[in-house]
Amino acid sequence: MWRALKRWIYLADEFYKAPYRSAIAREKRDQEDLFMLLVFSELMGVPNPASYYTLELQPILLENFHDWHTRMGMEKSPLDNFRCC
Amino acid sequence: MVSMNAIYLVVTGVVFVSLGYIFYSKFIAEKIYRLDPNFETPAHTKRDNVDYVPTDRVVLWGHHFTTVAGAAPIIGPAIAVIWGWLPAFIWVVLGTIFFAGVHDFGALWASVRNEGNSIGSLTGEVISVRARNLFMIIIFLLLLMVNAVFAVSISNALVATPSSVIPTWSAIAVAVVIGVLIYKMHVPLIWPTIVGTVVLYAVIWVGDQVPVTLPETFMGLSAGPQWILILFGYAAVASLLPVWLLLQPRDYINGIQLFIGLGLLYAAVLLANPDVMAPAYNLDAKVIGAPPMVPLLFVTIACGAISGFHGLVASGTTSKQLDKEPDARFVGYLGSLGEGLLAIATIVVVTAGLGSSEEWRAVYSEFGVHGIDTFTRGGANIVASGLGLPVEFAATLLTVMAVLFAGTTMDSGVRIQRMIIQEWGTFYKLPVLQNHYLATLFAVGSCLVLAFGAGGTDGQGGMLIWPLFGTTNQLLAGITLLVISIILVKLKRPHKYTLYPMIFVTAMSFLSALYQLRGLYEDGAWALLFFDLLIIVAAIMVMLEGFSAFNREKKNAV
Repeated sequence: MWRALKRWIYLADEFYKAPYRSAIAREKRDQEDLFMLLVFSELMGVPNPASYYTLELQPILLENFHDWHTRMGMEKSPLDNFRCC
Repeated sequence: MVSMNAIYLVVTGVVFVSLGYIFYSKFIAEKIYRLDPNFETPAHTKRDNVDYVPTDRVVLWGHHFTTVAGAAPIIGPAIAVIWGWLPAFIWVVLGTIFFAGVHDFGALWASVRNEGNSIGSLTGEVISVRARNLFMIIIFLLLLMVNAVFAVSISNALVATPSSVIPTWSAIAVAVVIGVLIYKMHVPLIWPTIVGTVVLYAVIWVGDQVPVTLPETFMGLSAGPQWILILFGYAAVASLLPVWLLLQPRDYINGIQLFIGLGLLYAAVLLANPDVMAPAYNLDAKVIGAPPMVPLLFVTIACGAISGFHGLVASGTTSKQLDKEPDARFVGYLGSLGEGLLAIATIVVVTAGLGSSEEWRAVYSEFGVHGIDTFTRGGANIVASGLGLPVEFAATLLTVMAVLFAGTTMDSGVRIQRMIIQEWGTFYKLPVLQNHYLATLFAVGSCLVLAFGAGGTDGQGGMLIWPLFGTTNQLLAGITLLVISIILVKLKRPHKYTLYPMIFVTAMSFLSALYQLRGLYEDGAWALLFFDLLIIVAAIMVMLEGFSAFNREKKNAV
């Protein structure tokens, strides 16, 4: 009985989320891409007044760096002094 | 005249389509598409948790079914029973088993076997790039017509049943509240679901007590066109809002409505036990000005028998989420079966719920004016006698249900149209088209031209556009079936199970398009005439290229 109820709740939950999962994930990814651009902007010659803070974030976001630059249509890392691939 | 009990009709329909699922879809799955449980689907090979996500098959079926089910399986049969209930019934049952099921299932399978690509891209791959570009134009026209036709039918329904105005618009507020509760406040889904559904039905009661009508004329426009303008204004705003705020919760509550409504209708028919009062074959159809049944029946009932729109959904989003290849049968074939059941329910409602044989003839005295309001009139009588609800309340309930379906399709339709326009803007490097707001304006503007061009200015005759919508939809289905057939030929497998339905559907659509061309010319409906011509030319070109690709592959396969 409890298992059946849990299954129904799971189905309803997925029924709510599944159709728009991709739209929301895409929106989230777009926001994250913009954030990446802000964090790495100084390295590309774009002045960033908040670089004192964003510099600290660079090592944390390094993991996503490769995905980001390939998604942005750049096969290799766009930064001269920043090795990626 | 001997009348027939509606329960026989329902049971026959349900039994036949169920047998179709059990036997025919199994045959197709094993012998033609040859589904392989070990095949790694794109949801796994290309998993990115954005578009490609392996999803539980029941969830995926629910998603697929509610996306493809709109007001179309209600409006089509409601118009088509003018030729009598038997032709409509036979076409829905056979169409669901041998056409729609194979088509939806096939589009899903073809996409899964080709890295989750949409039918549009598959057309480019298996036919030619030119065919793909033409295919995109046909899709755009189809969306245009979907939005226009649904705006006209919603406005007709809101005018015909003023008690549905408050609940219809309140549903938007309910959806927004659910969206905020879930997305921003992380409330577990079950509570907003229960409270939202209860509130929605309570508002239906309020609407029943407080009917709302728009002024008879406002700036020279009657109530129908006023609603059309309001609806497109709303659709434009809705398509620009974040999806979590409105579209997502709205789709969800509408999905629940769909299941409740379908259950309610079938339960009411079983309890009310009405007789079908419409003739099996209406000999007077020609006298009252209905066009010839062949070919028009086969485009008037599109969704519910076969619909190209389903192929777009199956290959667009569903295929990217399919966990295992054998699930394609459950999701694709059963999804079309759900639509068939809605169409069968509609046929019963509009042939058994409108009173005596004479009363039915009085309602069906003209072609192309029926739709949601005819369905709700018939349905209300059956629900009232079957479930003991007051007729007015039942009418409001069913109108709200149908209007919400049509409304959701419109929201998403305008949104997809806007995205296509933006894509064109990127492709052809036109920044004007890439702008969110301008693209929405173009999308809504083109729909308005069509809605008013179709005779919407006087609020009457807007449904003339319906057969044209059906024609476009069926041509799209024909192209999809042709693409599937070519893929089957390439794989050296039997292709007649997809090719024969394709030939039939395409032939009927062409004949209808040509027939309508004459009618539109005589009526001086130039906007529609232009669209009709555009569709005919685009479809002929795609088909010619398709057949040449088919023959090429056939020669290669020998």
